[in-house]
Amino acid sequence: MEIDPFIFRLSIFILSIFVGYYVVWSVTPSLHTPLMSVTNAISSVIIVGAIIAALAGSDDKIFETSSIFGFLAIILAAVNIFGGFLVTQRMLQMYKKKKK
Amino acid sequence: MSANLSAIFYLISGILFILALRGLSSPETSRQGNYFGIAGMTIAIVVTFLSVGNFSVGFIYILFFLLIGGSLGAFIAFRIPMTAMPELVAGFHSLVGLAAVFVAISAFLRPEAFNLGVVGDIKLASLIEMSIGAAVGAITFSGSVIAFLKLQGLMSGAPITFKGQHILNLLIGISIFILVYLLCNFQISEYFWILITVSFILGFLLIIPIGGADMPVVISMLNSYSGWAAAGIGFTLENSALIITGALVGSSGAILSYIMCKGMNRSFFNVILGGWGATADSSSENATREKKPVKNGNADDAAFLMKNASSVIIVPGYGMAVAQAQHALREMVDALKKNGVKVSYAIHPVAGRMPGHMNVLLAEANVPYDEVFELEEINNDFANCDVAYVIGANDVTNPVAKSDPQSPIYGMPILDVEKSKSVLFVKRSLSPGYAGIDNDLFYRDNTLMLFADAKKMTEEIIKGL
Repeated sequence: MEIDPFIFRLSIFILSIFVGYYVVWSVTPSLHTPLMSVTNAISSVIIVGAIIAALAGSDDKIFETSSIFGFLAIILAAVNIFGGFLVTQRMLQMYKKKKK
Repeated sequence: MSANLSAIFYLISGILFILALRGLSSPETSRQGNYFGIAGMTIAIVVTFLSVGNFSVGFIYILFFLLIGGSLGAFIAFRIPMTAMPELVAGFHSLVGLAAVFVAISAFLRPEAFNLGVVGDIKLASLIEMSIGAAVGAITFSGSVIAFLKLQGLMSGAPITFKGQHILNLLIGISIFILVYLLCNFQISEYFWILITVSFILGFLLIIPIGGADMPVVISMLNSYSGWAAAGIGFTLENSALIITGALVGSSGAILSYIMCKGMNRSFFNVILGGWGATADSSSENATREKKPVKNGNADDAAFLMKNASSVIIVPGYGMAVAQAQHALREMVDALKKNGVKVSYAIHPVAGRMPGHMNVLLAEANVPYDEVFELEEINNDFANCDVAYVIGANDVTNPVAKSDPQSPIYGMPILDVEKSKSVLFVKRSLSPGYAGIDNDLFYRDNTLMLFADAKKMTEEIIKGL
């Protein structure tokens, strides 16, 4: 009997939760704010869905209801991607060691 | 690009995201970690373009919208003051949530584009996944908007409660499940729209009863939700990068909420089910009525005490952020160090309005991170320290948490400030902190109260040093 591909995705999902669990516990508490901003940025990888949705329209009719939602999602996700990574970078630049 | 090849690339970008979080285990590797994250994102976006393979007019529009969103995001990222990070993160969560809702809507309207079947006959599994993604996304969106408004001060931070609130939320929660069930059975689009609307309402209702100082828990929780929403959409799109990311973000937010709850010795449900201030009313009234003597000091006393100390521990809290006193504080510490005083910083897990907020503010003021310590690391040092300088913190130093089982904060881990030889407590007035309880520390013999704005007082102390 063949295994449903859904089961494979579920396996990836559950294993990733475990990976996430151990990786996040190893994050030093002083970097918890950058952790939140970077998780914010990476969760915007949802933009891949938005791109597919936006390109689904035909050439002579680019803006139809479903692709408009795609374009809107692209804007939202793009704000988050750029904003999230850049603000994380800005914060991390400030963490410096004591000058010896 | 073949589906298998792009799946491999999505896996790679998922792994890069894991490495991005892994980098945050120490400040030295963190910057590299952020580059991994950026690389992972770039790969995911480029692969998506290549696998759709449609580089016509629509592609140009996408680049255009990417540019608009991107420059807006970059503008915000460079302009935002570090004190406003909690608001920013809450705002960004709402965008992820809304983006998830939008993607789910377009997948619902045009399932063929995603290989999910046709309108009216969408694959059952996909339908369940997209409705979960949409519902969680909608809850994340409206919840984050409320959190943002409360943090920004556009809405009162006080908990808004009414009778039957929990039952109402429960009913809405149940109705979400019923709607998903109906949607799957009948595929009538109205159910989908009602589902999204109801989820928006639930997100709103879930966050309004939560008070301002519980925001660290709320932000972490919404962080987690935004992850689960992304994972739901990831299942719909059969995209492993999204599934991995969703799982990572979801567990990350859950762990942070757990850490924050533990920092306040409250159960997660206790926080979610509503206002703290409400339960603390009676005890605070009793306490403020007794007029106990307080030792009142000025900047010169404080400067004198600290100059002659051999070690000083600084305890910053949200008040420091409000007064923007972090730079003045660092100058004061520099002056103290010149006098040969050993200075370190003690940070309570729930200091500030989000996890790690104080650390970022101190880092902004060029405080080296190896002088900043967490509660467990430094708590034993208070007994050997000469002066504890409490600036903008209150409840997290209240010894009542250890002694009075009646107190609402009883059992909360606190910084043992009272054990130091003398305590300098910078505060504008004797008013109780967020928890609504009087701080026993104010009336101790070894406490000197410095009634002033945190920044002004610190600046005056610098003059005295």
